[in-house]
Amino acid sequence: MTTWLSNTVVDHLRVVATWPELPGDRYVIERPIGRGGMGTVYVARDTLLERDVAIKVSNAPVAGSGLDERLRQEAQVLARLEHPGIVPVHDAGQLADGRMFYVMKLVHGETLSAHAKRLSGEASVIGVFERVTETIAFAHEAGVIHRDLKPSNVMVGRFGEVLVLDWGVAKASEEAAASATRVGTPGFMPPEQARGEATSTSDVFALGALLFWMLTDATPPPARDDALRALNAAARPPRRLAAIVLKCLASEPSDRYSNAAALAADLARYRAGQPVAAHRETTLERIGLWFIKYRTFILLVAAYLVMRAMFAFLR
Amino acid sequence: MNKPLLGALVGGILGVFDGLTALVSAPETAPQIVGIIIGSTIKGLIVGVLVGWYASRVHSLAKGMIVGLIVAAFFAFLIAAMPSPDGTHYYWEIILPGSIVGLIVGYATQKFGTARARAV
Repeated sequence: MTTWLSNTVVDHLRVVATWPELPGDRYVIERPIGRGGMGTVYVARDTLLERDVAIKVSNAPVAGSGLDERLRQEAQVLARLEHPGIVPVHDAGQLADGRMFYVMKLVHGETLSAHAKRLSGEASVIGVFERVTETIAFAHEAGVIHRDLKPSNVMVGRFGEVLVLDWGVAKASEEAAASATRVGTPGFMPPEQARGEATSTSDVFALGALLFWMLTDATPPPARDDALRALNAAARPPRRLAAIVLKCLASEPSDRYSNAAALAADLARYRAGQPVAAHRETTLERIGLWFIKYRTFILLVAAYLVMRAMFAFLR
Repeated sequence: MNKPLLGALVGGILGVFDGLTALVSAPETAPQIVGIIIGSTIKGLIVGVLVGWYASRVHSLAKGMIVGLIVAAFFAFLIAAMPSPDGTHYYWEIILPGSIVGLIVGYATQKFGTARARAV
């Protein structure tokens, strides 16, 4: 007896046949969810712990190539960086054909590229951006530079959690400084990184470009004045916030914040209404900030004095 | 500084000031000014401790200020209910500014001072 399979089934089988063959029977691949230059990410079922996970498999044509090594490095960097803003790695290994894979937490959410449209108001933009900055500050503290920060490498989860993804080109600070490899994404990459020199200040530039993008929906132009003009035209941010963005985007690394922690500290000062390192306030601006910060107290004291004066006059 | 102590300090200082303003808003009370200042200071101290104690347990600016308003208004009412030697009551002159002092104490104790850590 001959059994005919429908075209749909045949097509499905053809696709499934291309999926990697994982060792053992712990993980069962369900579907691919993304493909990058270095690897393909699949949703899989962890049958031991009965949960869904994400598995990143090397795109290397043959085992042991440079892509395998980069995937191994990425897994090692992620395993080293235990932080709420970084996807945790659960497991790693080799496929039957020798290619590398690693298993990580499956994050339900969307990339910042898609999520940014839903961010309304400066406070929500700063809120998400601060979480990215804190994660990168943690990596810098651990001696790791991301080197490829951009909206598609930031994930915002269903419950508002913010995760920095794609640590595939991340390097230890010393290695990155010595490496002459040109990695990164135009628009989010500082001039020195385009020449193959990256330090923690290169991530600071990328963070500035990310904040610029979140405020204007465009990548920053190279010239400072053009960047300021574009920023004011699209978002009209307060002068202090614009100064923070421009300090990150300085073409000279020494003019930027020295690392993400310094940027995070200035952002915290900005949010608290305190003077920021990126902008020298005039006396009038300082008084304005003080009034804004203590406005409730000042209003209450004013109300008290007005009331007392009123009773004195009414007599 | 813990919140009840901060409340007592702010309440006490504002109480002295509040008592002194009687010289402006009701000059005929000048002969009793010492008693007024002492009473106002004690009122400020009690309100400050109570509002500070509340602030050390409930961390909400709005709730802290409302409690400050109610407690201060209550104590101000008790003082206003006592007539001056000529039998006059100064309800509005005492209760309204006194309530604002309570709001200020509520604000200060919520914004500043350290709450006692709770054992887990």
